[in-house]
Formats: sequence, C-alpha cells, structure tokens
Amino acid sequence: MLSVKGLTANVDGKQILKGLDLEVGPGEMHAIMGPNGSGKSTFAHVLSGREGYEVTGGSVRFEGTDLLGLEPEQRAQKGIFLAFQYPVELPGVNNTYFLKAALNAVRKARGETELDAVSFMRLMKERLKILHLDDSLLKRAVNAGFSGGEKKRNEIFQMTLLEPKLAILDETDSGLDIDALRIVAEGVNALRSPERSMIVVTHYQRLLDYIVPDYVHVLAKGRIIRSGGKELARELEEKGYSWIAGEEAA
Amino acid sequence: MCAAQAVEDFVKSEYEHGFVTEIDSDTLPPGLDEGVVGAISARKGEPEFMLEWRLKAYRHWLTMPTPRWASVHYPPIDYQAISYFSAPRKKEGPKSLDEVDPALLETYEKLGIPIEEQKALAGVAVDAVFDSVSVATTFREKLAEAGVIFCSISEAVHDHPQLVEPYLGSVVPHTDNFYAALNSAVFSDGTFVYVPKGVRCPMELSTYFRINAKSTGQFERTLIIADEGSYVSYLEGCTAPMRDENQLHAAVVELIALEGAEIKYSTVQNWYPGDAEGRGGIYNFVTKRGDCRGPRSKISWTQVETGSAITWKYPSCILRGDDSVGEFYSVAVTKGRQQADTGTKMIHIGRNTRSTIVSKGISAGQGHQAYRGLVRIAQRAENARNHTQCDSLLIGDKCGAHTFPYIEVKNPTAQMEHEATTSKISEDQLFYCRTRGLSAEDAVSMIVNGFCKEVFKELPMEFAVEAQKLLSISLEGAVG
Repeated sequence: MLSVKGLTANVDGKQILKGLDLEVGPGEMHAIMGPNGSGKSTFAHVLSGREGYEVTGGSVRFEGTDLLGLEPEQRAQKGIFLAFQYPVELPGVNNTYFLKAALNAVRKARGETELDAVSFMRLMKERLKILHLDDSLLKRAVNAGFSGGEKKRNEIFQMTLLEPKLAILDETDSGLDIDALRIVAEGVNALRSPERSMIVVTHYQRLLDYIVPDYVHVLAKGRIIRSGGKELARELEEKGYSWIAGEEAA
Repeated sequence: MCAAQAVEDFVKSEYEHGFVTEIDSDTLPPGLDEGVVGAISARKGEPEFMLEWRLKAYRHWLTMPTPRWASVHYPPIDYQAISYFSAPRKKEGPKSLDEVDPALLETYEKLGIPIEEQKALAGVAVDAVFDSVSVATTFREKLAEAGVIFCSISEAVHDHPQLVEPYLGSVVPHTDNFYAALNSAVFSDGTFVYVPKGVRCPMELSTYFRINAKSTGQFERTLIIADEGSYVSYLEGCTAPMRDENQLHAAVVELIALEGAEIKYSTVQNWYPGDAEGRGGIYNFVTKRGDCRGPRSKISWTQVETGSAITWKYPSCILRGDDSVGEFYSVAVTKGRQQADTGTKMIHIGRNTRSTIVSKGISAGQGHQAYRGLVRIAQRAENARNHTQCDSLLIGDKCGAHTFPYIEVKNPTAQMEHEATTSKISEDQLFYCRTRGLSAEDAVSMIVNGFCKEVFKELPMEFAVEAQKLLSISLEGAVG
C-alpha cells in the first residue's frame, strides 16, 4: 500500500530524513518511535505534502501512485489522513460546515455522490458517539477554544468521518490524560480494518498499550534503525532509546 | 503550491463587471460654476428652494479645502474636468420594463440583477439608478397601498416638497464636509423613502447603482425618513464598468428615524477598483449618517465593501433620542492597490443610548486599510453604552491594516468596550484544511467567510448570499 524508499528531506536547509525505508501493507498498523528530533514529525508531514519540507531524494508510492507529485488535498482525496500533533484552530469556521465540505470534497474526488445535509448529520451523530463527544462540538468553530484533549478527539472524529485508507497519527497521545487516551484509542481501534493501514508516530510506549501495532520501527537521526514486533516497544520503554543508539554506535 | 503564489493570483483576479454599455447620454460639458449648478437644477425642473439650496452649498464648497487627514493617497482631483450631469436619453420615465432601453436591461442582465420576475417573486422593489436618472421602478403601487413613498429624489422634490424641504440636509448639512458640500450643490439624483407612522414597510427596498457614462462623477443623494413607530429595510448594491480615468463618487445618505422607528440600511459595494496598478478605479468618498431623532429609535448600518480604488466612508449614527440604538457592521476588503479609510461615528446625546460597532477588515496584496471610529458620549448622555470590536485579517505580507479609535467621554456613567485583533491566514491553517481534502482556495474562502460571519448574519438573507458570492469571486484564483 505504502512504499517509502531511501527518502531524504530537508527542513530550512537542514537534512532531517536521511534515507528512510518503510513498507506498509493493507490493514497493517505500524508504530514509529524515536527520540526527540529524530525526524518522526517531519516524516508525517512529508507524507502529507507540507510546504517547506523539501524532499531531496528517494521515493514514496501509495497504491502505485507517486505521492510526492501530489498536492496535500490530492493526497487527502486519495485517502491519506494526518491527525495533527497540534490541531490548528479555525476561528469562525463552523465544525459541521468544515467537515461536510471536507467529506464532500473527498467523496467528489473519489467519484462518489456528495452527502446531503440529513445523511451527513446522521453520520456525524453516529461517529460522535464513538469518541464520546458532545453534539455541541458541531456548532463550535473548528478547534477554537477546544481543550487539548478535545482537539485530539476531534482529530480522530474527523478521521472516522473521512474514512481514510492510510491514517498517520502524529503524537496523538501527547497532552492526553489516561481517560482521554483510552477514548482516542477506542476510536482508532474502531477504524481498524483489513483495508485500512495506520502509522502511529509516538514518543512513548504508553499509547501502544491501547493501540497495539503489528510492527514497531525505531527512527533515529533520520533513518529507521531497528524494526520488530510489538515487543520492541516494551523493550525500548525499559532500556531507553540510548540502548539502540548505543548499539548502533558500537 | 506556495501561499505567496496564491496571494499573487488572488491579487491578479480581474474585475468581473468591467464592460461599458453604449447608450446616448445627455451630458453637460465638464466644469463647475454657478451656471452649471443652475443648469442641473433647471434640467431637473426643480422648485426655487432647491436652486437656492444648491447655490448656498456651492458657495460654501468654494471656501473649503480638500480634506487630507484620511490615510489614503491619490493625486489631486481636477473638479473642473468632471462633467456634473449625465442622463440616459429618455424624455418620459418608463411605466414598465417594456419601455426601458434594452441596452440598459442587458447591462443589468450581465450584472445578474434580476430586475424582472425573479425580483418580483422575491418581493423586492427595485428603484434602479442608471447613471443619474431612475429608469425603472417597480412595486410602487403595493408600496403606495401601505403609504410608503419610494421614488427618485427628483420626483420627491416635485411631488413631496413638504417632506423634502425640512429634512434634506438636516442630518448632513452642506457645511458638513468638502464632499457633502459638493454633493449638495450638484447631486443629480438618488432615492427618497418615506415610511408613515406605524407602518412596517411590506418589502425590502433595494436600489442598484451603476456608474456608466465615461468620465462622469456620480453624486447620489439618498434621504430616508421613518416616521414614528415605522420600520424599513433598505438595500443598496452597486457595480461599475471598466474605465480609464479615476471617477469620483461622492454620495450623501441621510437617514432620519423618529420616535420608535427603525431603519436598517445594508450596502454591498463593488465599484471598479482599478487595474493591477490601481489605475482607473472609483474614488468612493461618501457621507452616510443616520439621526435617531426620536426616543427608542434605531438605525443599523451594515456594509460589505469590496470595490473602489479608494474608499472614504464613515456611516454614522447620532443617538439623539433617549434609549435609541445605533449599530455598525462592516466588512471591508482591500486588495491590489486598493485603499480604504472607513469606520463609523457614534454620537451619544440621549440617555440610555446604546451602540455596537463590529468592523472586519481584510487586506491582501498591497491593499491598505484603516479603521477610523469615533465614539462620543455627550455630557447629558446618562448610562450610554458602546461596544466596539475591530478585527483585521491579513493575507500575504505586503498589505497593511491600521486602527484609529477615537473615544470622547463626557459623562462618567458611560460604559465603553473596545476590542481589536489582527490576524493572518496562516500556513498552518491552509495546510490543515488541505490535509482534509479542501483546496487552498476553498480553505481561504472558508476562513475569510468565517471571519466575516458576525457581519454577514446582519445582512438580509439574499444580500448575505450575494456578499458571500462577492467574497468568493474576489478570492477566485487566490490559490490553486
């Protein structure tokens, strides 16, 4: 589904990704862990097509298409979703209006009919329940004045609506208390399916207690230096990143 | 694509309404003196009091210097190079649309103004001003049934001098400012509305203005009187065709609300803003003022200003009656080389008077705008309240926004609030929207419309739709 080969990328002229390789198959859940500054968020943004993240080499193919040649909205329309570490506030832009526009833009691009207001409302209310979110959220402006936890839940709520083929969760656990973390994880798990792949970017093993990955990769200094099963995460938690980094050096 | 490119495209999006209709105009040669003032009055067959009034204004105008305090820049205007009267060649006013010059109707069609059946169904009476003379009026009978007078000001001067004489110039006297004096001397036509006691005007009143004849300044004069306990909502919208030289538009609008009356005045202004270098745009120097003359009266201004090369405009309220209410809701967009110095004045004189100001400024390209607002609480205005909110949104890094609030309080019981913010459409916001599948263009439009929502909700329904459409047109090609 997603094939990343030798990806290198610069931010502000500085090389952050230094030859990253990753293969993600359909229905797989991959966790990418790593110390601060290892390039985790950069990787997530490069996959989504963020401006200012300059790809200098390598390739990224998604279902056979060259992803790097597409605009961010085209990637979204192809089924890629990025849950932000810091969701952006859009003051004055009504949540319902925003989500309906987004969903219909995606549906249109896929050649599906646009949803009318009634079916859309029904769908939203159904998905709100999964995230234990209140109806009042729909009337508010996108992320404006939301608490940290609400913002993160709203990200996953958007994901449940847009039903992406590949979801990238960037530090979704940061700033969440344990209850909120559980709710967010439930939302994510509810979306797991044989057709949907996910990449979970996280600093801590904690999230992986709730969202159990098929594969764990350790990213350091812009490359994946170790891959394994879910037990790798636990090992990391015990021994720290210096353990692998140390081995590398040795 | 990058945001800088997006802004470039936005700035370059062409004015959609640029075309000139070929129609014979009965035009006075350029120049201004007492003879010209007399000729205007004579052509319109005005009674003696009007000629006197015009001449008084003209003589006063001669003594006034051009105002220079606004935060706008333009070369000096040669007032002798302007032709002060232009009327489509028609001896008699048409009784129905069939009698209207087809070229005029075609122009309205191009503008998408549904003057015919659509408008009838929507229940809007249209007094269409083409250049300086009203050429089509609908629904007069229905309004007449309610006792509402809705006609051109020239007609009102003839048919209702007893209403015109005491009120004309009573809110904006000819001595008020340079452009008001000029307008008083040479105004060609405009709209007159009178709503009698206790009458709720049965429909929204609407006028479309359009400057057409080449090099003709347009001096509109509007007078709206809402008698005791009455209500009227008036919509004004305008577009103008492509043009080579700058055009002066110096209108005066006077509103009078007597005891318990309410006037709602909404404007969508889309005059030609000039080309990419700012050449040829309209100079929009307008004096708009409402007088809440009676107790418990209310005047509400709502404006969406997207056009003109230069806008100089401060729709104001004089809150004379006790418990009267003044409101000002504004969205102003400047892009390209557009400049706007706009705002309002709320003059609290009566007791328990309240005013609300919500101003939203959007600057893009090299657009510059200033909010200039005065809130004055007079000595006897016990318990006056004002809330001012003034927000600016910047798109790109070559535009500017400035805020000049003036507050004068002479009564210690006054409550004043002033909030101001300046924000930019950030890369983060655009990227966020795009990762949800929205194009950058839709994202900008969504954010801008969200920014303006507080003002749009004050507009009558169909105008709100038009305003949003106008913003979207402005933003077309903004990003892509």
